[in-house]
Amino acid sequence: MLDIFVPADTTACALGADAVAAAVITEANIRKVEINLIRNGSRGLFWLEPLVEITTEQGRIGFGPVTVEHIPQLINHIFEPDITDNTALCLGLIDQIPSLKNQQRVNFARAGIIDPLSLKDYLAHGGYLGLQQALTMTAESMVDQVIASGLRGRGGAAFPTGIKWRTVLETPAEQKYIVCNADEGDSGTFADRLLMEADPFQLIEGMTIAALAVGASQGYIYLRAEYPKAHRVLQQAIDLAYSNSYLGKNIAASEHQFDLQIRLGAGAYICGEETALLESLEGKRGQVRAKPPLPAISGLFGKPTMINNVLTLATVASIFARGADWYKTFGCNRSVGTLAIQLAGNIAQGGLIELAFGANLRDILVDFGGGTATGKPIHAVQVGGPLGAYLAASEWDIKLDYETFNDANAMLGHGGIVVFDDSVDMLQQARFAMEFCALESCGKCTPCRIGSTRGIEVIDKIQQGEQPKQNLILLEELCDTMQYGSLCAMGGLTPMPVRSAIKHLKKR
Amino acid sequence: MPNKSNHDANSSNATEDRITIKNLPVTSAETTISTAQLETLLETVSSLKHLPGALLPILHKIQHQLGYIPSEVIPDIAQLLNLSRAEVHGVVSFYPDFRTHPCGQHLLRICAAEACQANGARALMQHAEEKLHIKSGHTTPNNNITLEAVYCLGNCTAGPSVEINQRLHGRVTTTLFDQLTAGLITAGPINAMPRPDQC
Repeated sequence: MLDIFVPADTTACALGADAVAAAVITEANIRKVEINLIRNGSRGLFWLEPLVEITTEQGRIGFGPVTVEHIPQLINHIFEPDITDNTALCLGLIDQIPSLKNQQRVNFARAGIIDPLSLKDYLAHGGYLGLQQALTMTAESMVDQVIASGLRGRGGAAFPTGIKWRTVLETPAEQKYIVCNADEGDSGTFADRLLMEADPFQLIEGMTIAALAVGASQGYIYLRAEYPKAHRVLQQAIDLAYSNSYLGKNIAASEHQFDLQIRLGAGAYICGEETALLESLEGKRGQVRAKPPLPAISGLFGKPTMINNVLTLATVASIFARGADWYKTFGCNRSVGTLAIQLAGNIAQGGLIELAFGANLRDILVDFGGGTATGKPIHAVQVGGPLGAYLAASEWDIKLDYETFNDANAMLGHGGIVVFDDSVDMLQQARFAMEFCALESCGKCTPCRIGSTRGIEVIDKIQQGEQPKQNLILLEELCDTMQYGSLCAMGGLTPMPVRSAIKHLKKR
Repeated sequence: MPNKSNHDANSSNATEDRITIKNLPVTSAETTISTAQLETLLETVSSLKHLPGALLPILHKIQHQLGYIPSEVIPDIAQLLNLSRAEVHGVVSFYPDFRTHPCGQHLLRICAAEACQANGARALMQHAEEKLHIKSGHTTPNNNITLEAVYCLGNCTAGPSVEINQRLHGRVTTTLFDQLTAGLITAGPINAMPRPDQC
């Protein structure tokens, strides 16, 4: 029986994958051919979605972007290759196309290949090897392994993960928690979503290992409500993990217990900030907490809590499966490992590009991205989400690693890159950064809550030509107040897109 | 954050205030829930009260069942969880997704974040507002359509993104928007309640 893959990924479905899957079944019934339709996750090559794949002796062959109208011809091609071998949609062996072949996939090695909800597939592709290894180790040696790997938090702050783990391990408590931050609210980022939809067991495995390492028995995945598909896939994966003894009591035939639940957010961007997230998990308004105490010492319900991003936890599974030394072969400077680069916005070939840290931004935009979707020149790119800097063409020869970006007054964040063509109005983007901060501020500290609104007003005055010189100075001072006076990154980093956008305007 | 600042759970003038601000007539969808409904609802959500940090799961459940969180349930939830009404109200009003009133028959959410802006989301929102004769964050006077901005649906490579009754559409041009909404827009009065799961 022939395997036909049609992704059930959010973006693939937004571009018609469900209808394509239905048409494949209809067409197969008409021709009375037996097929096995698998709804995989996405490979992350979104400009080719819906990307239909079939298994052949040579490997998986891809077709895309496919529409319902293509299906009869496509099925023809599959079953009678001699008759119509000329479909322009055929991409050949999918893992040989440059956009995929030139990546270094660690977190996303299985994405789009396996059936996300097949534990058998997951195991066949190296799944749960990390947990097996972890079960042979002591808690201390597990934490040492993470420290040795050099892994840093992928949520944006890039804090050394192993140090966080050690703090939780060394804080005595009857109850400790593992929390996964899956509140991926930055525009231009979708790596967490892609991973949860394409390879959910990897996250579950990573969280289980983390729980063993720090001595936690309960985990929560705080997932944003805007990701209903990821929610369904994750919940089903968790149910499967429970029924196969990978969660609950005696995980993988050991004496350990680990329980895992998903909790949904409710549209508040600030809940991606770790302390606001914990407040939200506790059933409160998502308001930022002052630190210290660190969540690792007093986090969820006042207990030691290990809170990590989706990709950080997923990476742990690979580190335990293949070793810290292997992981350290990727990356540069103190940015070890691979970065999930998400190329979005006005881009011809948008998608997920996983590469070792240190890739050149311009190469990503040109080689992988292929320029803008509109065909106009790229004018600016915003790296690192709504709180990241806008970079102009002169600044694209920059290495994608945490240190280089810090030195350039920019931020790598969660690895999202949003591309704008020359129709972008940079002052409008600066205003939007302030608007977004005003809209999403939790309201706890004054610079963020009020500064953002004052920021909008000042930018409006500049736009209307009202004492522009003086108002630019005022805006700069306001940015200083927000940067140095805010409690968390929301108010503290909003000046970054504002300042960088204004800088480009001044240059022009 | 649309529609979040105008409600006050305990004031009898709340409905009037809201109507003045939103320019909405009272329709069948605006009526309050019955005591029997309230009891059934509380029975359902009390099964969640044992969860640590149960308030958000409970509010999600209520909204899933009714399409919104009626102010009448706030005292009961407060009692159930041993919280003050102010605390429950504070949580309901903090999160943009929780509604204190039903949305229209159809819910349209347009992504207004940067990646979609780069692909023309601002122009699309303007088109939608002109076509529906309402501003973002509002409902058509006949309760037909609620239009909202949303900040990122994770479809950042295929914007502008529009979610219509929880179904996501990518690369939505103004033409495609018109096609997608053609069957939804009704000029006459709407009597039907919205399907709860749409809100």
